[in-house]
Amino acid sequence: MKSLQEEPNLAVEIAGVKFKNPIVTASGTFGFGKEYSVFVNLSQLGGIVLKSLTLQPCPGNPPPRIFETSSGLLNSIGLENPGVDNFIKFYLPGLKEIQTNIIASIAGGAAEEYAAVAGRLGESELVSALELNISCPNVKHGGMQFGVSPSASAEVVKSVKSITNKPVIVKLSPNVTSIVEIARSVAAAGADALSMINTLAGMAIDVYRRRPVLGNIKGGLSGPAIKPVAVGAVWDVYREVDLPIIGMGGITCARDALEFIMAGARAVAAGTVNFINPEATINILEGITLFLKENGIKDINDLVGAAHNPI
Amino acid sequence: MIHNPKARIVSQKMIFPGCCLLTISSPDISRTAKPGQFIQVRILPLLDSTLRRPFSIHRVDREEGELSLLYRVVGRGTALLSMEKENNFLDIIGPLGNGFTIPEGKKKLAIAAGGIGIAPLFFLLQELAQSRNKDFSIYTLLGARTSEELILADEITSLTDSFSGGVKVATDDGTVGHSGPVTELLEEVLANRLAEMVYFCGPRDFLRVSAAMLEKYGAAGQLSIEERMACGIGACYSCVCRTNRKKGEQPVYKRVCLDGPVFYSNEVAF
Repeated sequence: MKSLQEEPNLAVEIAGVKFKNPIVTASGTFGFGKEYSVFVNLSQLGGIVLKSLTLQPCPGNPPPRIFETSSGLLNSIGLENPGVDNFIKFYLPGLKEIQTNIIASIAGGAAEEYAAVAGRLGESELVSALELNISCPNVKHGGMQFGVSPSASAEVVKSVKSITNKPVIVKLSPNVTSIVEIARSVAAAGADALSMINTLAGMAIDVYRRRPVLGNIKGGLSGPAIKPVAVGAVWDVYREVDLPIIGMGGITCARDALEFIMAGARAVAAGTVNFINPEATINILEGITLFLKENGIKDINDLVGAAHNPI
Repeated sequence: MIHNPKARIVSQKMIFPGCCLLTISSPDISRTAKPGQFIQVRILPLLDSTLRRPFSIHRVDREEGELSLLYRVVGRGTALLSMEKENNFLDIIGPLGNGFTIPEGKKKLAIAAGGIGIAPLFFLLQELAQSRNKDFSIYTLLGARTSEELILADEITSLTDSFSGGVKVATDDGTVGHSGPVTELLEEVLANRLAEMVYFCGPRDFLRVSAAMLEKYGAAGQLSIEERMACGIGACYSCVCRTNRKKGEQPVYKRVCLDGPVFYSNEVAF
């Protein structure tokens, strides 16, 4: 008889980096690492993906920056961040005490800018891996142009890979004709892993004022509304591209996270849900652990892509 | 900051149509809260995609361990919250943000509220009254659209009757008090040099006009502002307001949840 007391293995490995469990945070929703420490023992997480950093400080977009939609959240923050040098000076040292993987997210307006930021972050042993935000839809001359083009995406990956030995995770946009094509292209360029998906482009209109709600007019949709789109994208890429996937998009509970894992994600990120339930990451971790125990599954890795080969 | 996932609703009353007073039992938050701070309330936990809503703390009863919110029903979140009944439980986080401060040496104070803007200012009056510092003079200026929506005037009058100053009211339709916007009362107080420090809260236009008036008369002031908010703890950078005024300059934004919701009036760019 199987013992319910037996602790299942939750550890996963992505691009040579060991994660104590598959729960990470989605970039942009968890600040620069420590904001949630009042609610969550951060060392219990598999990893923390930081808010995107640019070479120069970035003021962000004019407000309003968010709008709640049916089961979703439309945002257009505009990559507000202190710039990579200020981050390294004022934020990074404080992350030393957290016993988890710190994944820095990079955004930029040109391939060289990504490389410059990656070079700076690559010097720190506190940074476990780099995530390239080539798909943020909120910066006019920035991210999006890379994320929608297979060749431009590959160019960014190559320039970053040429400057650092850190594992490179590429965050893919769903706002493309074929996400598989982009995934293939960045894989060929040397990407070590994929994060997917970023937000879906959208907008909302204030009918009383006859104008767009968001200060930046258009934004990116996150939250449960986009989960089926995200699960479908993970499913497709898992079948076609041989890179580990960090799955995200509307995860609110363990069951949502397990959907992504069974579609092919080796790790999962909680994003928008943190705003609603600040302990969501830990609740999802506990829920997954319970699911494994209740179903007699000894290793989370046994569930990765499991839905492709149903029992 | 405390996350209280099971705070009991002590009472919920309709003050006038579309305006509610909600009292919640939360000893930890009510004992540490300062005037101007706010809490984040989770709206119907079953709707797991609905963001928390920020509400400034309207008043506290530290002995009973209770705090109250005074709010208008303006959208989906407040509509759902207004249906919550006594003895239901709410998931709340607080106290959040920074509060009002009284600069050293400022004794002549004014409080100006546009409509529901009285919500956080009442808590400040409560604290001032408890301080029993008779050196203060306090003018409280209350604006409303009509007499039915004018609230708390009597309670504030008795709360502040030991101070010099007084309570003045204005309604848009003239059904009670001064006929016209409350900013006209503010201008009168400022022109007569009756206030050197003004605390104000209300609709955006009221804030803009009041801030300009303070600048005109050289008075200092603090205001509490609202913005669409997500995390409430400074992580998401959603709820910003611009703090530099010159056009053409690269904007400088501050987070309402963490750097505010109380700002000095000359900090905010309208």
